[in-house]
Amino acid sequence: MATQTMAPPPTTQTSLKTQLRRAERRRKLNAFLLVAPLALFLLVIFVFPIGSMLWRSVDNSELSQALPQTAQLLSAWDGQQPPSEAFYASLAQELKSALANGNIGSLGRRLTYEDPTLRTLVTQTIRKLPDTPETTWQQTFSTLNPRWAELSTWQALKKAAPTTTDRYLLASLDLERNAQGEITAVAPEKQVYIDVFLRTLAIAGAVTLICLIMGFPLAYLLATLPTGTSNLLMIFVLLPFWTSLLVRTAAWIVLLQSGGMVNTSLMGLGFISQPLELVFNRVGVLIAMVHILLPFMVLPLYSVMKGISPHYQRAAISLGAHPFKAFWQVYAPQTLAGVGAGTILVFIMALGYYITPALLGGPSDQMVSYYVAYYTNTTNNWGMAAALGSLLLIITLVLYMLYQRLVNQQTPNRR
Amino acid sequence: MNAVFRSNRSLKYFATTCLVGLGLLISTQAQALTVISFGGASGDAMKKAYYDPFIAQTKTELTPGDYNGEFAKIRSMVETGNVSWDLVEMESPDLTRGCFEGVFEPLDWDKLGIKDQLMESAVNKCGAGVFVWSTVLAYDGEKLKEAPSSWKDFWDVQKFPGKRGLRKGAKYTLEFALQADGVPAEEVYTVLATPEGVDRAFKKLDELKPHIQWWEAGAQPPQWLVAGDVVMSSAYSGRIAAAQAEGRKLVILWPGSIYDLDYWAIPKGSKNIEAAYEFIKFASQPDTQAAYSSQIPYGPVNPTAIEKLSPEKAKEMPTYTDNLKGALAMGTEFWVDNSEELEQRFNAWAAK
Repeated sequence: MATQTMAPPPTTQTSLKTQLRRAERRRKLNAFLLVAPLALFLLVIFVFPIGSMLWRSVDNSELSQALPQTAQLLSAWDGQQPPSEAFYASLAQELKSALANGNIGSLGRRLTYEDPTLRTLVTQTIRKLPDTPETTWQQTFSTLNPRWAELSTWQALKKAAPTTTDRYLLASLDLERNAQGEITAVAPEKQVYIDVFLRTLAIAGAVTLICLIMGFPLAYLLATLPTGTSNLLMIFVLLPFWTSLLVRTAAWIVLLQSGGMVNTSLMGLGFISQPLELVFNRVGVLIAMVHILLPFMVLPLYSVMKGISPHYQRAAISLGAHPFKAFWQVYAPQTLAGVGAGTILVFIMALGYYITPALLGGPSDQMVSYYVAYYTNTTNNWGMAAALGSLLLIITLVLYMLYQRLVNQQTPNRR
Repeated sequence: MNAVFRSNRSLKYFATTCLVGLGLLISTQAQALTVISFGGASGDAMKKAYYDPFIAQTKTELTPGDYNGEFAKIRSMVETGNVSWDLVEMESPDLTRGCFEGVFEPLDWDKLGIKDQLMESAVNKCGAGVFVWSTVLAYDGEKLKEAPSSWKDFWDVQKFPGKRGLRKGAKYTLEFALQADGVPAEEVYTVLATPEGVDRAFKKLDELKPHIQWWEAGAQPPQWLVAGDVVMSSAYSGRIAAAQAEGRKLVILWPGSIYDLDYWAIPKGSKNIEAAYEFIKFASQPDTQAAYSSQIPYGPVNPTAIEKLSPEKAKEMPTYTDNLKGALAMGTEFWVDNSEELEQRFNAWAAK
């Protein structure tokens, strides 16, 4: 009896359960559909380009694409024996087909990195190469240019033969492989990128610090002033956002140059007798970058400070703490989340700065992005651009992870 | 739900119609000769001197356009076989690279028949010269009591105290340094091709380094000269001429300058080669060249055109006979091969 009367409820319960599950699934699907455009956008705009950038930094397929058979021969070759007739024959044949396919351009560019004269050597050779050799191909090549008989020419080709390479990444760290394949430092007069990376970190760090020192009191003021006044001040903070970055940068040139407004007014007021050098050096870069990035420090700080109740600080003072101690021990720790967010935001944005240092700095103030742009636009060496970009990305990620670690360590301690 | 579906479908129809329409528009436009230049003031001068008279005279349809020198764009056009540009203004390094890579149609100079009318460097395997521009030593004639006469004076900080402007990069800078060190203009690239020559140039630059203010954009040197930030600067001739036209007393020193050309090139696979040849021929005539150069101080590649300009205008041209004396033709081949290595060394040097 009892079991009979008890029987129906489980069935309704399971149907309820399935209904619930179905509803849950539908909800999940809806949620997924809602984020689908963003996910797709991120995939197309972020994941794919970053992936292809990482790939380009090790990609070395120029020679193996233009001269597949020669590339195979070169890979099997030990680099010491004089290359056999087969090398010359396959090179002769494949150079012609590469010219017809339009692969010769990327090949020439790639060979320039090994030896600047190789491109001209290949061009001149192609132009004069006969359809059939008079005696042997080896003889033909060597008469066209004696350099084809030299081992070093073929060793340079061998370096370009594998489909992947670490040369761009190594070059980004001022390293290279010598003839024996060992990693060594490049000649001192060519060492530049380690300095550039350190400089980039130093500039970004200095900008972040100045922004924090200037932004913290400002955000505090904004958060504590009556709404009307703080709104007005907020507009002043946001005002720079409405002008283009380029205009703001150019405006600083006008203000800071030796005949500019700042120098002429300082001289007019008798503070200085000679114009200060404020632009085309580090000072100009720091001034302009702080100006541009300051709102990114103030806004997160402001939003956090706005949520901090003034009662805690008052309570601390009423319990006998010195106002500074109350501020430092009670108020400041509560702003840490804002300080962290503002700092990381400004620092990471500053790492990628390009146009401001390019226009306001001297040659020793250029950051990594300048060289990325230079390799992308001017020399078309996308491998080098990708390698520098990848390293910058890795450095940024490592710093971000360190930051996350610090924040996560602190949270449990506070509680 | 249904309504959404229906509107979706009509949207699809609409999109298809638009695409087909666009396709038709593009394909009809492809009939006309499409000429792409760098635009700006030069593009305006080209419209008056070349495009409009060409349309009026030959009744050919012509679609002008401009770009920012994106060589990759032309390459991808040629690679995908979808060439909608028939004639493109190219700077010399990209022309050399593109010619080597087979991106441009080689020009049949016999068919053009103007080879002996143009200056020598205007005749290129893949390109026909458009105009000549120059990188020169410039100074403010009102501020300097004594005029500098060579790059040696540029290096002489005792005689001419003050900062000097140079372009941030190895190109031009190394050539000027060697000339300051006493290398005659015609030997500059021979010396620079040797490692010792490069060392020599950098050593000479060491002397001047504390006095150099590096410029990045072509607008900076005339501005700095006028403001008195620098006493002398390397500068693009066209920019100085523009400042002169505004009444500034800037002076150009032509000996030791480096001149370079822009070229017309035909992307491989263009469907209007015949019309493109006609256009090149038309734009290389003394009259049209003079019409162009009278509006903008870029030198004509056809020497006869100089005579058709007013004497004052003619003296502003990089290709004026006196201005070419002691001037140096840009070593395009040299820079295409060596720019990577030398620019890196320059960057390392400049940052120290």
